[in-house]
Amino acid sequence: MHRFAIRAAVAALALGLVVVDTAAAAGSPDKGKVAFIRNGCYLCHGTVGQGSITTSRGKVVNHTKLPVEAFIGFVRGTNRSMPPYSEKVISDADLTDIYAYLESLPKTADYKTIPLLQ
Amino acid sequence: MARRQSGSDRPASVSRRGFLASTAVAGAAATSAASTGALAATAPDPIAAQPRPAAVRPDARLAATDGGRSLDVAKADGAAGSDFMVDVIKSLDIDYLPANPASSYRGIHESLINYGGNKKPEFLTCTHEEAAVAMCHGYFKIAGKPLMTLVHGVVGLQHASMAIYNAWVDRVPVMILGGTDLDAAHRPPGVPTIHSAQDINKLVRDFTKWDDQPVSLQHFAQSFVRAYRFAMTPPYEPVMLALDAELQEEPIRNDGEKLYIPRYVAAAPPQGESGAVREAARLLAGAERPVIIVDRAVRSPNGMKLLVELAELLQAPVVDQRGRMNFPNTHHLARAANVVGQADVIIGLELADYWATVNSFIDNGEHGGHGLQESKIKPGTKLISISSLDLNMKSNYQDFQRFQVVDVGMAADSEATLPALIEAVRAALPNDRKDAIAKRGEASRKAKEAARVRTHELAAIGWDATPISTARLAAEIWPHIKDLDWSLVGQDRYISYWPSRLWPMDKFHRHIGGSGGAGQGYNLPASIGAALANRDRGRFSISIQCDGDFMYSPGAMWTAARHKIPLLTIMHNNHAYHQETMHLVRMANRRDRVTNIGNDLGPIGTRIENPNIEYAKIAESMGWWSAGPIKDPSQLGPTIKRAVEVVKSGQPALIDVWTQPR
Repeated sequence: MHRFAIRAAVAALALGLVVVDTAAAAGSPDKGKVAFIRNGCYLCHGTVGQGSITTSRGKVVNHTKLPVEAFIGFVRGTNRSMPPYSEKVISDADLTDIYAYLESLPKTADYKTIPLLQ
Repeated sequence: MARRQSGSDRPASVSRRGFLASTAVAGAAATSAASTGALAATAPDPIAAQPRPAAVRPDARLAATDGGRSLDVAKADGAAGSDFMVDVIKSLDIDYLPANPASSYRGIHESLINYGGNKKPEFLTCTHEEAAVAMCHGYFKIAGKPLMTLVHGVVGLQHASMAIYNAWVDRVPVMILGGTDLDAAHRPPGVPTIHSAQDINKLVRDFTKWDDQPVSLQHFAQSFVRAYRFAMTPPYEPVMLALDAELQEEPIRNDGEKLYIPRYVAAAPPQGESGAVREAARLLAGAERPVIIVDRAVRSPNGMKLLVELAELLQAPVVDQRGRMNFPNTHHLARAANVVGQADVIIGLELADYWATVNSFIDNGEHGGHGLQESKIKPGTKLISISSLDLNMKSNYQDFQRFQVVDVGMAADSEATLPALIEAVRAALPNDRKDAIAKRGEASRKAKEAARVRTHELAAIGWDATPISTARLAAEIWPHIKDLDWSLVGQDRYISYWPSRLWPMDKFHRHIGGSGGAGQGYNLPASIGAALANRDRGRFSISIQCDGDFMYSPGAMWTAARHKIPLLTIMHNNHAYHQETMHLVRMANRRDRVTNIGNDLGPIGTRIENPNIEYAKIAESMGWWSAGPIKDPSQLGPTIKRAVEVVKSGQPALIDVWTQPR
C-alpha cells in the first residue's frame, strides 16, 4: 500500500503533476522539530535533514521534494538501509509534523556564495 | 625451563633466586629490608628458628606492593643481561618506546634508561598500555618503521590487547615485549605471582604474527631480530616476546659463550607470481571499463606514485577505501565507490573486505533476520585480487571477512607487485585502444567535476546549524592549515569523511586511515603517536576526535604534553555513541516498539550527556592549550586560528566543538 503510494507520488512528481505545498501538509513545524529529535530521525539525518554519506547514504531530507503522502509512505515501507517505522512507533500525525518541519527549514544557500566552499 | 646459576668464577655474585632462598634459610626477615636495602643486616626473625619450608613467607608488605620486589638484588659482577638486550634493541634503530611502567620488566627498564641512555629508544611514559600500543600504531603509519612497547606480563597485556587487535586488523607492525616471572618456585609470592602466567603470549597469539619466550640471552637476540623481520614483512603485523624476569636481571653468564647480535636484513616482500601478473594485465588491458579499488595498498610515498602510474596507464577510475592514503583525491581518476557497478574488470589491492566491495548487505531484518544481500556488480565482471592477507593463517578472529571468489588471486604484496603489473599492462595494451582509453580519462574528468559540485552543494546544507555541521567544521579548519605541511592523524569516517571530501589530499602523509579493528580508544593515542612521527619530520598534525573514543584513554593527552608532542585535536562532540543509537532504533522498529530515550536525546545507554563532559577542562588539566565548547559556527574560525599558532609553537591544543551526529 505504502510502496504503491511512494511509486505513484514519485511518478506524479516526475511528470510535473504534483506541486509540493507545505501548507497542504497541515503539520506543525514546531511539533515536527520535537518529533524529529525525539524519534531519533536526527541520528542519521542530522538535525536539519542534511544527511550523511555514512548514515543516510547521502540522502538529504531537508526539503524532501516529495508530497507528504509519499514521505509517510516511504517511512512506513522502506526496506532499504533505513528501518521502516510502523504506526505503533510513530503516528501519521507526527510524520506530518516532521514533514512540515523539514519543509519549513531555510533554503540552503548556493555554495558559490559561501567563501569557505570556494 | 633450564635455570642458570651465577658463574663459578664469580663466587661473590649471587643470583636473585639464590639470594632470596639463602635469606629465607638464614632466617632473615623481609619486613625491614625495604628501607635499608640490606637484608642481611636486619634482626633475626624469631619464626626463623622453627622448621619450615625454605621460602620467603608472604607478608603484608609484599602483598601490598604491586611489584613485590622490594628485596634488592645483590650487586652482581659483570654486565646485566638486560644491558645486552638493550644492545640488541639498539641495533634496530627503534626511536621510541611508549609504555606504562611495570615491575616485571624492571630489569630491562633500568637498562634502557641507564645503560642505554634513554635514547633509541626513548621511553615515553604512558598512563595505559592500550594507549601505548595505539601510539605505536599511529607512529608507524607516518614513519613506516615500528616502535616497541613493554607491558606487564598479565594485566598489562590484558590492557594492551584491544589495541594489539586493532594493529593486527590494520596490518601494522608493533614490537611488544611482556615481562613475566616464570620460576614458580622462586618468584616473589603475592601480586607478582598473580601477574605471572605459564604462557603470557597465549593471550594475544590469535592476533599477533609470531611470538616467542626466550630462555637465554642469545635466544633473545635471535628472536628479537626475527620478530622484527616477521613484523616488517608484508603483511605487516604485531609480534610478541615474553621476557623472563630472571633473564633480564641476572648478569651475563661468563661461561665462554660469546653473545652476538644477528644482523638485520629485511626480507623482500612477496611479489605476485609472474603468470598471474600477466593474466591480470591481460584482463585489465582488454577491459572496457576497468576499476581499481584500493584499501591498504600503499605502504610508502613510492607506492602512491606506482598506483598513479597504473591508473593513468589504463585511465581507470580508482576507488580509495581509505585504509591508507593510497591515491590523491585531487586526481581526475579518484572516484566514488558507485563506479564498481559499471566495471567489467575490477582489481582490488589489499582490500580488507572484497565481499562487501562487490556486494551490499542491508540489515533490515528480511530473510529471517539475515537481511538483504545483493551484488553491486554486473554479471560476468572479472575480479582480480592482490592481497598479502592470503598469507595470514589465523582462524579464530574473523577479520578476514566473508569469502569472495575471484578470477585471478595473488597471495602477494600489492605495492611490491605494482612495478611488474605496470610493465605487464604496458606490454598488453593494444595500440588501437589508445583513443578509447583516453576517452575514459575524459569521462572521468567530467564525472569528477560533477561530483565536486555535488559535494559542495551538500556541504552547504545546514551551514549555520547548531549543533555545528561536520561539513562546516571541516571547511572552517582548511584555511588555517592549507599553507602548512599538514597531516590528518585520525580517522574521518565519523564526520562523514568531510576532510577527505573537501581537503585536497595529495601526499602519502595527508591521512593515516582508520583503526582497523574498530576498537574504541584508538584515535586519541594513535593520533598522538602519528603526531610524534610528524613532529620529527617538521609537519603539522591535526585530528578530529570523537567524544566516545576519547573517554577510553584520555590519559594519552598527558603523554603528549609530557613529551612535547604538538597536535591540534578538534573534538567531534556529538554527545553519544551514535553507531549504537542507530542500532537500537533499528531493533526497536523491528519489534514495533518506541525507543526509550529516558530524559536524553537518544536511546538509554547511548548518550554522553547529563552531565556534559568538559573536554577543554580535561585537556587543560593535562597540560594542553584548550578552548570550548564552541557551539556557534561563527566562533570556529578565530578559535582554530589561535589553536594553530599554539600547535606551531610546539604545544598540543584541543578545541571542544558541539557537532551534528555525523
